[in-house]
Amino acid sequence: MDLVAILAIQVVYAIASLALISVGLAIIFGMMRVINLAHGEFLMLGGYAAIVATNHGVNIWLSMLVVAPIAVGLLGVVVERAIIRFLYGRMIDTMLATWGLSLFLVGLTTAIFGNTTVGISAPLGSIQIGDYRTSAYTLFVIAVAVVVLGVIFAAMRGTRLGLIARGTMQNANMAAALGVNPPRVYAVTFGIGAALSGLAGAVLAPVSGVFPTIGVAYVAKSFITVIGGGAAILSGTVSASALFGTINQIATFVTTPVFGEVALLAAAIVLIRLLPQGITGRFFRSGL
Amino acid sequence: MKARGYNMAGLALVGAIGLAFMFLTPRFAELDVVLDLTVYMIMAILALSLALIWGYGGILCFGQSAFFGLGAYTYAITMFNMGESTVPFLLAILLPAAFAALLGYFMFYGRISDVYLGVITLTVTLILFNSVNSTAGPEFHIGAARLGGFNGIPGIPPLNIPGNKGAVIDLEGMFYLCTGSLLLTYFGLRLLLASQFGRIIVGIRENERRAELLGYDPRAYKLATFTIGGALAGFAGCLFANWGNFVSPTIFGLSQSAQIIIWVIVGGRGTLIGPIVGCIGIQWLSAMLGANQPSGGSDLWSKIFANAPLILGSILIAFVLLVPKGLVPTLSDIVLSLFRRRQRQEQRGFEPQQAE
Amino acid sequence: MNMHRRTFLKGTAAAAAAGAFSSNAYAEDPISVASIHDLSGGLDIYGKPMVDAMTLAIEEANAAGGLLGRQLKLVNYDTQSNMQLYTQFAQQAALKDKVAVVHGGITSASREVIRPVLDRFKTLYFYNTQYEGGVCDRNQFDTGVTPAQTVEKLVPYAMKKWGKKVYVIAADYNYGQITSQWVKKYVLENGGEVPSIDFFPLDVTNFGPTISKIQAAKPDFVWSALVGGAHISFYRQWAAAGMRKSIPMASTTFAVGNEHIVLSPEECNGMLVCYNYFQDLKNPVNEAFVGKFHKRFGADYPNITELAMGTYQGFRLWAEAVKKAGSVDRIKVIEALETGISIDAPSGKVTIDPPTHHCVLDVHIAEVSDKKLKVLEDFAQQKPADTAAVCDLIKNPNDNQQYVIKI
Repeated sequence: MDLVAILAIQVVYAIASLALISVGLAIIFGMMRVINLAHGEFLMLGGYAAIVATNHGVNIWLSMLVVAPIAVGLLGVVVERAIIRFLYGRMIDTMLATWGLSLFLVGLTTAIFGNTTVGISAPLGSIQIGDYRTSAYTLFVIAVAVVVLGVIFAAMRGTRLGLIARGTMQNANMAAALGVNPPRVYAVTFGIGAALSGLAGAVLAPVSGVFPTIGVAYVAKSFITVIGGGAAILSGTVSASALFGTINQIATFVTTPVFGEVALLAAAIVLIRLLPQGITGRFFRSGL
Repeated sequence: MKARGYNMAGLALVGAIGLAFMFLTPRFAELDVVLDLTVYMIMAILALSLALIWGYGGILCFGQSAFFGLGAYTYAITMFNMGESTVPFLLAILLPAAFAALLGYFMFYGRISDVYLGVITLTVTLILFNSVNSTAGPEFHIGAARLGGFNGIPGIPPLNIPGNKGAVIDLEGMFYLCTGSLLLTYFGLRLLLASQFGRIIVGIRENERRAELLGYDPRAYKLATFTIGGALAGFAGCLFANWGNFVSPTIFGLSQSAQIIIWVIVGGRGTLIGPIVGCIGIQWLSAMLGANQPSGGSDLWSKIFANAPLILGSILIAFVLLVPKGLVPTLSDIVLSLFRRRQRQEQRGFEPQQAE
Repeated sequence: MNMHRRTFLKGTAAAAAAGAFSSNAYAEDPISVASIHDLSGGLDIYGKPMVDAMTLAIEEANAAGGLLGRQLKLVNYDTQSNMQLYTQFAQQAALKDKVAVVHGGITSASREVIRPVLDRFKTLYFYNTQYEGGVCDRNQFDTGVTPAQTVEKLVPYAMKKWGKKVYVIAADYNYGQITSQWVKKYVLENGGEVPSIDFFPLDVTNFGPTISKIQAAKPDFVWSALVGGAHISFYRQWAAAGMRKSIPMASTTFAVGNEHIVLSPEECNGMLVCYNYFQDLKNPVNEAFVGKFHKRFGADYPNITELAMGTYQGFRLWAEAVKKAGSVDRIKVIEALETGISIDAPSGKVTIDPPTHHCVLDVHIAEVSDKKLKVLEDFAQQKPADTAAVCDLIKNPNDNQQYVIKI
């Protein structure tokens, strides 16, 4: 019984972390059709921001939840203004630019931090469930994921910014005709997407560590999740994360981690074959 | 008709340069340069395979490295089992082609398109990577060939003249083979693209619905293109296994896959010369950045200028902003605009003076 | 081919270069040595210290007058964690730079890429990283420890300290798989049991299910053969689940990538490791070395790693052999090395074992303690017994492969 409880927590954690690392990319890709191959590096920089802040005395919660998103969000705005702005509508060129950006950021981070950087350890200690112990921090990560997704949902539905964002996403010219400034919306959206990625990287830093090339581990999975999810940002990301996270964890537990990875990838293939427009191409279509 | 004339002249020029390059290089260049050029030729064939699939076929394939790796591994495994290279060579082309056909059927007849294609092809190559990477134990073998897992398969015997096991290809011969193959591939693709087939797939790339309404089945054509591209990539893989006498699972990785796409974008999608130029240029640049490292210490110079990812990344970003269409299209635009300006100047000379 | 003009040009260029490097205008050509390591990409954490150590070794040698009266020149390649570049740079080093020796390769994969290239172009090769053992190649010398040297000592020590039931987790590639087999062998030989061996791909960061499995098995300690940056997350998650205090750990891969500095003391204190070299070894040679290293590279250098020392020792061994042979000619140097050249290195005495071309060296067991490695016990002069079981280059000098040692 305890084993089931522990396993359930791990499955939910897998879903939550997958959703958390993907939602920033979902916003950037979903809104602006920009293939951001530097997504993994935004995550990595979020982790570094949190570590640097914590090692300079800032409270760990503040550095993870406030400093990191702001830092990476600002970087996102800079990147958008300097590079992405010229590439809207040119999805392929965004791939090249962001691939170059990812190399650049890895090189820059290595130059500034070197490859041995003290990390931060997970706060909150552990909890005991029967014979098993698990980190209480995993519950925190799950909570952060839920809150983040909830906030995005509320913002998209309830705020003016959300309305403008949705309108610009549907029809940029019409939005412009109605007085909205699409370039400004894009800059803000890219910044928010980057900030969310930074937050995810920071929150995961105590669990997975941070080093300049950690982005590689994240980028493929988040892409597969975002695109498997389909056009709708939130429901797509959540449903795809739920599906892939569950399959990955259960396969890993029952067999080996290699097979868990392969199972996730195979599930993605089957999914896209059955639902060529992603999950939200068919289900939850009216969702956000 | 004039356009056809220029086209022919251009092709003849490429052929002449290519042949000159092929025969003169081993006589004048050092062996290590010849060896480097050999692998650049091989990678250029790989770039051409994606140029066909993506540049002309419009199929965003993020997993071209899957066929490349399959070609290399197939050659290695069958070569260890057979000892004579004719069958391994053929299999190294046919097996990736068959795999491409299967995958293509799965994708195109499922009406999957654009980014979703990219994701499926990416996951396929990652599945291959993860699977082959964990075949390290001695129990993972196909006949006499151990898969070797992360360490890969070393010591792959090179090609020999068909039928004659002892007549093994040497380093210079390898250069001739690879350069010759590149030239053949280039001209072969040019022929293919000039034919009915070529024009149909470009038409499908431009507007699939219209092509369909005109009576062509886009799925079949895309499948054919994808298969040919897969076969070419497998061929390049076989040559690659011969060049380094080595293959390892990183050939299936995300990095290799992205590299191929970068070459095509930098060189210019929608051309054939472009990806060749882009591929060779970026390969050469990476090798140059890695080769001139200052020794020891982490002073500012080495942190910035001996920092290969930093420099390469900056160059790519600058490239995409300044040369958006890719190298070859931009260059040809420049050449053509100069040419047209001269034409216009000449024409103006014949116009009667307008009354003031 | 205009051979004469080209050699003339090359000769004058080399002379000009030599003139630029040495103060003595009449000095001979410098001796080129190549370093082929990953200085960027995922493996740079291993590569950078190795190149730094080699730089120091070369500068030391040059300050002492060079080798055979000639200065040494380092040709430094960054393979950017890319296998293709390993092949290309090995070819360049052998053919263009015509180096006297190559020190390089980090993973076994990269070594297997350049070994045949350097064989073919007749350039001496030193592989200085710890690995799974079994390479038998007259052109290659290995200075890294192999499982029979470290695992054989650490397993009984840990079992005596903690108990007989050992759960093994390993990186899912050749090194991890072979090391785990050795661990199992020695555990069983010492009367213990191994409930499970779990393998993880190199980029896995989520170890939740594994930690639960380990808890279910209730072992006396865990043996970790995890490798690389992503696997550090295991130690984090393990400590976060409160397991560090209840189930101890031993490893022969931990700390090679400075994991003990990246992690906090609460996450890894108490771990046992076994290597040839530790920065805190108390002997005069090491203390002098560390002083020189810190002076050259800064006192805040994170840690002088096992691999860095391997490279330093590899270079010193080669230099000794060159002095003994009186030449940089490859065969002469190999023959000199095969007489069993020995040096007094910071890690203790290091001697080439002629039949295997590996090294007889001291190993030490240490405990992770507040971001440092506290040496607990020493074992002098461990032979490379695993490779010796399959390789005898004195009897079969034409042997040329990596054997998979049957355990």
